[in-house]
Formats: sequence, structure tokens, C-alpha cells
Amino acid sequence: MKGERSEIRFKAFLPWILGGSVLLLWIASRIWPSFSFGERAGRASFGMIREMTGILPVMFILVGLFEVWVPRRSIERFLGRKAGWKAVPWLILLATFQAGPLYGAFPVALGLARKGCSARNVFIYLGAFSTLKIPLLTFEIGFLGLPFSLARVLISLPAFLLVAMVVDRLVPGWTPPEFESSNGGSAVSRKAHRDNGSSS
Amino acid sequence: MIALAVFTGAALAVSLIADRRKTRAGLLFGARMFLKILPALVLMVAAVGMILSALHPRFLESLFGGSGVLPFLVGLAVGAVALIPGFIAFPMAGLLRTHGISIAVLAAFVTSLLMVGVVTLPLESRFFGKKAALWRNGLSLIAAAIVALAMSLVLK
Repeated sequence: MKGERSEIRFKAFLPWILGGSVLLLWIASRIWPSFSFGERAGRASFGMIREMTGILPVMFILVGLFEVWVPRRSIERFLGRKAGWKAVPWLILLATFQAGPLYGAFPVALGLARKGCSARNVFIYLGAFSTLKIPLLTFEIGFLGLPFSLARVLISLPAFLLVAMVVDRLVPGWTPPEFESSNGGSAVSRKAHRDNGSSS
Repeated sequence: MIALAVFTGAALAVSLIADRRKTRAGLLFGARMFLKILPALVLMVAAVGMILSALHPRFLESLFGGSGVLPFLVGLAVGAVALIPGFIAFPMAGLLRTHGISIAVLAAFVTSLLMVGVVTLPLESRFFGKKAALWRNGLSLIAAAIVALAMSLVLK
């Protein structure tokens, strides 16, 4: 019991420990200029933070508005379990016209799931987002050529559809994790609750 | 991205005019979601810093060079672990190709880079649950290998 507890503590602190150590590495590289690893690590992390501050606020505002305004019925009808394969073109269309890294799509996918988009379709959306974004394709064609890009897109399409179907099968009864318990219920206790719920 | 920001701004304005309280609830929902995933984000940023720092183009070239199955597997593995934005990854891949790295290895690197995210796994677990995130990434890795193999056959 005690061991389990300290493990949870450690897990909770790990991000801050790692983040702090990147900062320390960067400071060290300021003091000893020959230590370029720290300088590069700091610069890469900083670039990443800059990228995220450009994307994530927009995403979370959008998801928040989506949550309060979009009626559950409409998403359920177009992207829910009953929509079948007719949902796929919509999902792909939605995904290809976006930009940015995959982690920017996570909140959007979760927002869709909360409104009744089926598990399979959530993972199809993620797959389409990761492989078919139009801004990404323009870059790819520019540097690796149209044949490379075309071959990758055409072969990836059935691949991520299949992955989504299999994930849907492997995680039966998937529902999006809750995010709104406001009264300080810790992630751990909620996870325990969920595990209990699924085993019974 | 700018288009999306403009769209979001407009949507926010319309929402504020239409219903103040509802907008507030929506923004609070977004903010709460952000706070819940903040630790996973910090973890990701730190991991990306360290991994990108270790991956020089020159170093990648030495990893991906040579023939046989090993560079292919290395390409898959590096692509899975690295989180490199497209505007850096594709020029890098283009450069590697002019340096004689094979299409199969580049395809393996690019497809697994796009489909698999080991570094974002904690974040993905936070959003979709650990089990689904693990399966999606594991299966995507296999899919990336198959896609890359098929690409190398087609692009001969």
C-alpha cells in the first residue's frame, strides 16, 4: 500500500522533475558553452512551448465552445455508431483541413467523443489527422516528391481505417475519460472508479 | 493555423453576444481540460527537448545508412520516438535522400513519425485512456511498417 502510494507520488512529480532538469541542462550549457546538449535541449523545448502556445489556447477555446453549443444529437447522427461508414468522408474532411501537430487534435477528438462520436470514428479522425493533413502534404510533396506523397497517402488510408477498427474491437465499450469533476477528485481515485466500473 | 485562430476568435465573439453565461461555461470547460493535461504536456516538452537534442541530421544519417533490415527498423523506431514538426521533418528527410538514404528507410521514418507518438503517449492516455492509447500506437507502428514496405515496393 505504502509502496503503491509513493509510486503514484513519483509519477505525479515526474513531469516537473524532467522539465526542471531540461532547464538545469540549459543553464549548465550557458555556464559551460562546450556542453551543447543542454543548449540544444533547451532550445528544442522552448521551440515546442512556443508552438504549443500558438495552438493550444485556440484548440481549448474551440473545444469549450463546441462543448456548450453543439447539440449532441447532430454529432451522434453524423458521426455516431449508427452513422456507419457514411461518417468516414466527414471525418477525413474534418481532419485534412486542419493544421498543426497531432496533440492539437486530441482535445478536438475528445470533444467529438463527448458528443456521441463513436470510438471507431474518434480513432479514424486521429488517423486521418496524423497522415492526411493538407498543409503537411504540401511540405511532403515539396521535399520528397509527389510519387512519395501519393503512395504514402493511398497506402496509409486503409491502414489507419484498419487500425481504428481493431482498436475499437480491442477496447470494447470505450468512453472518453471525464474532465469536469470540479471538486478536486484526484486522477487516481477517478481511475480506480473507472476500473471498478468496467470490471463489474 | 491562422485561419483557425481567426475562426475561433469570430466564434468566441458570436458566442459572447449570443449567451454570456454559456460562453463562460465553455471557456471554463476548456481551461479545466487544459489544467488536467498540463503535467502530461510538461513531460512531453521535456522529452522532446532531450530527444531532439540527441538527433542531429548527421547522426540520423549514420543511423539510417547501410543496407538490410536494420536501418529500416531504426527508421521506424526513431520515427516513433521523435516528435518533429512536418516543416522540419520533411526538409530533413529530403536532405537524407540526397545523401543516399533509401526510400524504404525514409518511408519507415516518415510514416512512423506521423502515425506513432511515443513521446505523446502520456498525453494521449490522459485523453483517451491508457489502454486505447497503447493499442492505437502499437497497431499504428505495425501499420507504419507495412505502409513503408508497400511504399518501397511501389516506388522502386
